[in-house]
Amino acid sequence: MAESMHDTMVEREIDRRKMQVSEEVAIQITGMNKWFGMFHVLRDIDLTVHKGERIVICGPSGSGKSTLIRCINRLEEHQAGQIVVEGTELTSDLKNIDKIRSEVGMCFQHFNLFPHLTILENCTLAPIWVRKIPKREAEETAMHFLEKVKIPEQAEKYPGQLSGGQQQRVAIARSLCMRPRIMLFDEPTSALDPEMIKEVLDTMIELAEEGMTMLCVTHEMGFARQVANRVIFMDDGQIVEQNEPEEFFKNPKSDRTKLFLSQILGH
Amino acid sequence: MSDTSFVRTEMLAEQDPPPTSVGVIGWLRANLFPNWWNAILTVLCLAAIWYVLSGLLGWTLRSVWTAGSLSECREVMIETWGSTHGHACWGVINDRWLQLLFGFYPPELYYRPILALLLLIAALAPVLFADKVSPRLLYVTAAYPFLMPWLMWGGSIWTPVGVAAGFVVAYLVGRALRGAVAGLVLGILSAIIWWMVWFGFPVQTEVLAAGLGEGLAAISPDTAPFLLETVESRKFGGFMLSVMIGVVAIGCSLPLGILLALGRQSNMLIVKAICVGFIEFIRGVPLITLLFVASTLLNIFLPPGTNFDIILRVMIMVTLFAAAYMAEVIRGGLAGLPTGQYEGADSLGLNYWQAQRLIIMPQALKISIPGIVSTFIGIFKDTTLVSIIALLDPLGLSNSIRADTDWNGIYWELFAFIALLFFIACFGMSRYSMYLERKLKTEND
Repeated sequence: MAESMHDTMVEREIDRRKMQVSEEVAIQITGMNKWFGMFHVLRDIDLTVHKGERIVICGPSGSGKSTLIRCINRLEEHQAGQIVVEGTELTSDLKNIDKIRSEVGMCFQHFNLFPHLTILENCTLAPIWVRKIPKREAEETAMHFLEKVKIPEQAEKYPGQLSGGQQQRVAIARSLCMRPRIMLFDEPTSALDPEMIKEVLDTMIELAEEGMTMLCVTHEMGFARQVANRVIFMDDGQIVEQNEPEEFFKNPKSDRTKLFLSQILGH
Repeated sequence: MSDTSFVRTEMLAEQDPPPTSVGVIGWLRANLFPNWWNAILTVLCLAAIWYVLSGLLGWTLRSVWTAGSLSECREVMIETWGSTHGHACWGVINDRWLQLLFGFYPPELYYRPILALLLLIAALAPVLFADKVSPRLLYVTAAYPFLMPWLMWGGSIWTPVGVAAGFVVAYLVGRALRGAVAGLVLGILSAIIWWMVWFGFPVQTEVLAAGLGEGLAAISPDTAPFLLETVESRKFGGFMLSVMIGVVAIGCSLPLGILLALGRQSNMLIVKAICVGFIEFIRGVPLITLLFVASTLLNIFLPPGTNFDIILRVMIMVTLFAAAYMAEVIRGGLAGLPTGQYEGADSLGLNYWQAQRLIIMPQALKISIPGIVSTFIGIFKDTTLVSIIALLDPLGLSNSIRADTDWNGIYWELFAFIALLFFIACFGMSRYSMYLERKLKTEND
């Protein structure tokens, strides 16, 4: 299949030694339903995510894919069914919610960095206030992760002074500073200029190489093909098809999937 | 077809701008005389400014500074200039400035309001200039709400100590019972019980002293150390009174306004309803009405014999009034924040209060600085309304000064002086707000 504009090539060889899916369950979603007012946005979602899985969720806009991952850390509340994250069930219990949020990292389309704090402060805030880690130690951790996303020299700047790609890498570092067990990505490259997409994808690939459990809503099919172990296609609030990436792209089963793939890949 | 291909072989060097567009001439041309029409307007405006200023300055400067009464003033004017028209009589300010500043506060105790003012500056410095002043001054800030009333009204030091101790008790109880809501409620309750015991206690001093001995008698109000002579509220007045009411209203309305704004955004229906009801009611009623309620109606509702200080009642009313406006200003700031900020804070596991304190409020307050300071300035000027309920703020005093036969018929000089005092305070606030905006802006982008 021809590479398209959306299909950023990942040039280097991916190190798959640590990319292993374990038997352990990280997220268990059963019979989950959600409505926005009268609109049935998520319908009977059943999804089991094992530790170490790298799942790419794709689908047309309005298909509920963002809403699905936002339910996992309760940015959206589900009305029926069950979501269990790392053994803790999401209910209206605020303590549970905060616990799950501190163990599930999230990156947003628009980064959502805190503009009034420096890059370093963005990264140390939650470890200091939620994890109660001493400031010095939190700063060391923050610098470690900022080096990892290759922008330690920006630590004293404010988010507004950075490019979009740099901001998104800071956002990833900020999440990592909480030492999350699961990372959620909500269209992390959709708001970026084309030349910045690669630097963010590279960071995400490194994360995958270290064995992080990842759920990514993205249109980067090159990333899906090379990094994901499973691709989920959603439409009309339901999971329409899921498969290993190679099979998913080569032999899509449902008509909706075929249509979608032809729309984003075939030009 | 023409050839559209072009390749630059040599890059152009930078050149100076033409001399007519820089320097004094450039500035004059750009701002005052860009074309004939604007040049005419500039000249007309300068003429108008000259006309107003010459009249005003003549009145202000060609004036009488030493006179004991208005008639004496007029005699001097006629002697010097041949007419009383167009000359100010500053003798009244010379004669009564202490009264305009302090009201009828006993002159031998003036050091107390002055000390309170100096402490106020020390207490505000670490809040207003956090990056330039030692944070240790914050202890003064913390002690000030208890020191100020003691300095102003006098009495036993055990009163402010007792009030402050109540807050300490509330804090300790709240901390011991870490659970958020229960800790808050029990903390407040224990503080109230503490105050009831503490202030109930002096009444029974003699009984207790007899029963429990000398130790307790030592802290009875009459034998307390640092006993300051009591000054009654009706002696308070002048600019001092305006500043007192203004500072209390400004200091308390900001936190109260923040809570009201958050309450108004709350998901909890009843909290939201109470906050919306409060804000809309207070904003829908003129301040004067509230002041009348404070001065007359409250007495009807309070149990007979309660002595609830009139200045304290006015302070509470002005604070509530300011808080309602403040809440709406801050709500505007909250509305200006993208939802991504809430989601960013939530996704990191910060709880509601942490998110508000660390992420939301710093940004919302920054957006609202101009509105907040406008509210502050407005409320400070509104303190002059207390003259309606017979408190002697500077405007109220100007009436009582005119009631003196010496100064009967003098208006402009008094008003000009009062206006100057208010202008200095309000202009200071305005400049500070601009300084703060600039400071926060350069830090961010």
